[in-house]
Amino acid sequence: MRILPALPILLPMAAALALSLMMGHQRRSHGIALAGAVLHLAVATLLLATVLKHEVVVLWVGDWLAPFGICLVADYLSAVMVLITAIIHTAVMAYARYDIDPVQVHTGFYPFMQMLTAAVCGAFLTGDLFNLYVWFEVMLIASFGLLVMGRNPGRLTGGVKYVTINLIATLFFITAIGLIYGLTGTLNMADLHAKAAGVENTALLTATAMLLMVAFGIKAALFPLFFWLPASYHTLPVSVSAFFAGMLSKVGVYALIRMFTLVFTSNIGVTHATLLVVAALTMLFGVVGAASQMEMRRILSFHIISQVGYMVLGLALFTPLALTGAIVYLIHHIVVKANLFLVSGLVRHTGGSFSLKTIGGLYKTNGLLAVGFIIPAFALAGFPPLSGFWAKLLIIKACLESQQYSLAVLSAAVGLLTVFSMIKIWSEAFWKPTPAEVNGSPIRRPLSPWMLGPVLSLSLVTVLLGLCMEPVIQFSMVAAGQLMDPQVYIRAVLGGQP
Amino acid sequence: MEALLACLIGLMFAAALYLILSGSLVKFVFGFTLIGNAVNLLIFTAGRLHHVQPSLIPPDRTGLTHAVSNALPQALILTAIVIGFAMVTFVLVLLLRTYAHTGTLDVDEASFLNEAGEDEPEPAGQDQTVRRGPS
Repeated sequence: MRILPALPILLPMAAALALSLMMGHQRRSHGIALAGAVLHLAVATLLLATVLKHEVVVLWVGDWLAPFGICLVADYLSAVMVLITAIIHTAVMAYARYDIDPVQVHTGFYPFMQMLTAAVCGAFLTGDLFNLYVWFEVMLIASFGLLVMGRNPGRLTGGVKYVTINLIATLFFITAIGLIYGLTGTLNMADLHAKAAGVENTALLTATAMLLMVAFGIKAALFPLFFWLPASYHTLPVSVSAFFAGMLSKVGVYALIRMFTLVFTSNIGVTHATLLVVAALTMLFGVVGAASQMEMRRILSFHIISQVGYMVLGLALFTPLALTGAIVYLIHHIVVKANLFLVSGLVRHTGGSFSLKTIGGLYKTNGLLAVGFIIPAFALAGFPPLSGFWAKLLIIKACLESQQYSLAVLSAAVGLLTVFSMIKIWSEAFWKPTPAEVNGSPIRRPLSPWMLGPVLSLSLVTVLLGLCMEPVIQFSMVAAGQLMDPQVYIRAVLGGQP
Repeated sequence: MEALLACLIGLMFAAALYLILSGSLVKFVFGFTLIGNAVNLLIFTAGRLHHVQPSLIPPDRTGLTHAVSNALPQALILTAIVIGFAMVTFVLVLLLRTYAHTGTLDVDEASFLNEAGEDEPEPAGQDQTVRRGPS
């Protein structure tokens, strides 16, 4: 099964092709998309199992040996990210059955989602910098399509912000690629590790690293480049926003982790110190921004930003423990955040609005939904024994070990403020009595199992992650070890025979 | 030759940044096209402009009989051009539809500053006039 690392990319692409032939037939499209997603999940699991056995799995595309050809590399981090992508993809596809209206299906929701999944997996698996750029572009075009599909003109202005800032990010990225190629003569990431360390013009190399940091920082919504995210995510259909919230900014975080552990480690005093400050400000501004919002998805959008801060903090501290924390955080956060966006869709479905001012009483009318909200919400805030607690604990412990006491205090404080936001949603949407105007026209639509099922399944994943944290942390420690000492990765890419 | 190209690329970047930051989305598209071409030139220059470094044949082997220029940056640029073209086309259509909806492409106008969700009440009118400033 040499082709295995390419399958998580090829399968959604094939599904996208098949789906674009369906001409917007709703039921059939949903069936194919869901079957494709389940198959994708199976392949991703197989890939992770193979990686667990062989440490690093490499596919040299077209048998062009690295560093000349493009290679797909699955190490621990890549494999687990692909698996999580597949889990979120499957949940979102099941949820989409009643969430996506016929117009959106007709304008290409299913093919776009499949292409987006393929591109996200491609970005996680590629071992070549230019190839990463291409996957980012595929991701962009697919997300643009999802952003503006349907007939909702209100989506356009949010879309313009998203599109323009992301185009700027790709320009920074391609500029950095040009400079890196000029400096080292290679774009293979494993090859870059040694060649970047040998570059004489270190000032230019650091400047290039900063260019890349800005490019990925825009994708990951880091301070001060995050304004596009809360301006556009709440205008999307719920299933699309769940996938965006779970995966897209995390692709930026993944790219940051990959580049700033494998390639740019020679000038930590500048690059990682900058990341440290940026991460702290990102956490703070995200959580403070959320405090003033009353629209459920906008609150959640601001929390994406503050949570990304934790992950980047783990990278910036650059110790094995901190990276372990960052990886655990990634795993935990993607599941929780996608789930919370799906829940917001259910709240809208039963309560009639995303705005917390106009809804209420959902605890009385829909107990299962309350359970589906409270588990990811408390995990996000970091209540033990849920997954978020362990992730935050690891990050704070890493801060203390690196003697960054103020950052440890900040991490804990941001956690507290997250509790505040989650309790705000809980008390407004679930606990307070239903406001009078909604009582006049009661919207008590029952929830379809197609919508409740994914939410409860993802909640179950969160609970299981929290209860079986030991193996997850063990796994993340190995993954962090591979990142801190990339010799295994490099030997697998450069030394092997096809 | 390198110095000349470097100056040209710098000029193109400066002009493009001016256009991108001007606040009008039409100018943004022109700036985006210009900066895309500047980046392509940058990759081209980064691949060295003389005929000594083939990227595919290792130094100890004989493959090509004569010196050729580096083909890799050209392949990279070709990819970037195609992607850039698709992006520009998409942005133009997006802006066209946005213009049909908002009647303006000036990003300082209220329709771009308002970030309310679909079922949030529109912010009060006075709020928007305050944000719009002296105009």
